[in-house]
Amino acid sequence: MAKLHNVAFKLNGKAVAAEVEPRELLIYTLRERLGATGAHIGCETSHCGACTVDCNGMSVKSCTVLTVQCAGADVLTVEGLERGGALHALQQAFHEEHGLQCGYCTPGMLMRAYRLLQENPSPSEAEIRYGMAGNLCRCTGYQNIVKAVQSAARKLAAKPAAA
Amino acid sequence: MIPPSFDYHAPRSLGEAVSLLASLGEEAKLLAGGHSLLPMMKLRFAQPAHLIDLGAIQDLRGIREESGTLVIGAMTTEAELLGSALVRSKVPLLAEGASQIADPQVRYKGTIGGDLSHGDPGNDHPALMLALDAQFVLTGPRGQRTAPANGFFLGLYSTQLAPDEILTQIRIPIPAAGTGWSYQKLKRKTGDFATAATAVLLRMKGTAVAQAAIALTNAAPTALRATAAERALAGKALDAASLAEAARLAMSICQPAADLRGDVAYKTAMCGEMTRRALQAARARAGT
Ligand SMILES: Cc1cc2nc3c(=O)[nH]c(=O)nc-3n(C[C@H](O)[C@H](O)[C@H](O)COP(=O)(O)OP(=O)(O)OC[C@H]3O[C@@H](n4cnc5c(N)ncnc54)[C@H](O)[C@@H]3O)c2cc1C
Ligand code: FES
Ligand code: FES
Repeated sequence: MAKLHNVAFKLNGKAVAAEVEPRELLIYTLRERLGATGAHIGCETSHCGACTVDCNGMSVKSCTVLTVQCAGADVLTVEGLERGGALHALQQAFHEEHGLQCGYCTPGMLMRAYRLLQENPSPSEAEIRYGMAGNLCRCTGYQNIVKAVQSAARKLAAKPAAA
Repeated sequence: MIPPSFDYHAPRSLGEAVSLLASLGEEAKLLAGGHSLLPMMKLRFAQPAHLIDLGAIQDLRGIREESGTLVIGAMTTEAELLGSALVRSKVPLLAEGASQIADPQVRYKGTIGGDLSHGDPGNDHPALMLALDAQFVLTGPRGQRTAPANGFFLGLYSTQLAPDEILTQIRIPIPAAGTGWSYQKLKRKTGDFATAATAVLLRMKGTAVAQAAIALTNAAPTALRATAAERALAGKALDAASLAEAARLAMSICQPAADLRGDVAYKTAMCGEMTRRALQAARARAGT
């Protein structure tokens, strides 16, 4: 077996560490060692986006990132979106706009939408569709996902402190 | 799907990376964004015993202008290219191409250097670099050399890079003001590689073509420069006849591999169509 690496990083604001083989993918460290099962494994081939998490201000597919690449990183998963028991505006909007059905794609959708709105607080519909194109949903037809992101953008603009 | 076992190295400087690569030899592979390499390792198409991660080397990042040349560090990501006002204003062809690569998540990780070094004819940067007449700086234990994009791509997964060399810099001559540009890419869905794609840079003199650069993605085992089509356009107006001739000449050098994106005849025809569209779009943007 290859030499193990002790990788320390920040997960949803808390310091964490894991002793991993270099080949371990971030999604497995999150789900199986750190108990953060929010990010899902859909395809495992970098296509579906269900495993999307935020890493150092980038949306990444955690099935295609090695945990050793994340030493010192700031990682945010869907578990880190709520604040003091209150849903994040995006979570609330997905609920209100019916932006999910089975929910399998939702953690990835939320994390991608989170970064999209950080970079572009008032995206057009075309910008949302382009910016969310790395996330597949087999249920909703995307329409309500787009509406949810628009609705969250409006709410965040009205109340910027909630971002 | 989990990659096979390997040892991981994260050098902090280019010198350290060069000597690691030299000492570990052919057992080692460089890791850039990992979005071609890790999928290949999961499938056991690649099984390196060592990965040398270039991610911590600051010297390999950044975009700057240097007397008429855009200088891009090999570890610059697609997202960084797209976010760069310098790229958008000086080499808009590169921004237009990068915006059509993969999807947002892949573009945060994938690097221009990795896209070029991989030697995949389905990748978009090779044709963009051919059209732009870019130069690549390669660094190895014997020092540095510069290789033109034209001639760099040798075959499927094969480039001029020696196993102990690192692509460190991409140098793009900034096209003259008034140069038109376009990258037309036909794909089945977002995140797909091109069924066919064509990059064009176009300079006009009045109503006649002064100079055209045309390069093709996924039309053969490497990206191709369509030189016969370029020559045929010189001095001509861009009309139905000259466009048809340029498309015909571009199609005549196509040797695409049949796959789920289409058979040889379809892909060749689409290369002709992308060439026609890219020329027209570049014409609309060119000054006279
Ligand atoms: C879902 C998906 C869709 C995609 N769609 C497209 C697309 O439409 N168009 C497109 O162009 N690409 C596409 N790609 C590929 C993507 O752009 C890759 O990021 C890119 O091909 C490789 O860059 P990387 O930085 O990820 O390199 P890596 O995967 O880390 O490396 C690729 C290869 O290059 C070598 N290498 C890397 N950097 C250097 C260097 N500086 N010097 C020498 N050798 C080096 C590595 O050893 C490896 O062999 C897609 C990928 C995925 C997962
Ligand atoms: S599980 Fe990572 S992209 Fe599908
Ligand atoms: S809600 Fe079922 S996959 Fe998106």
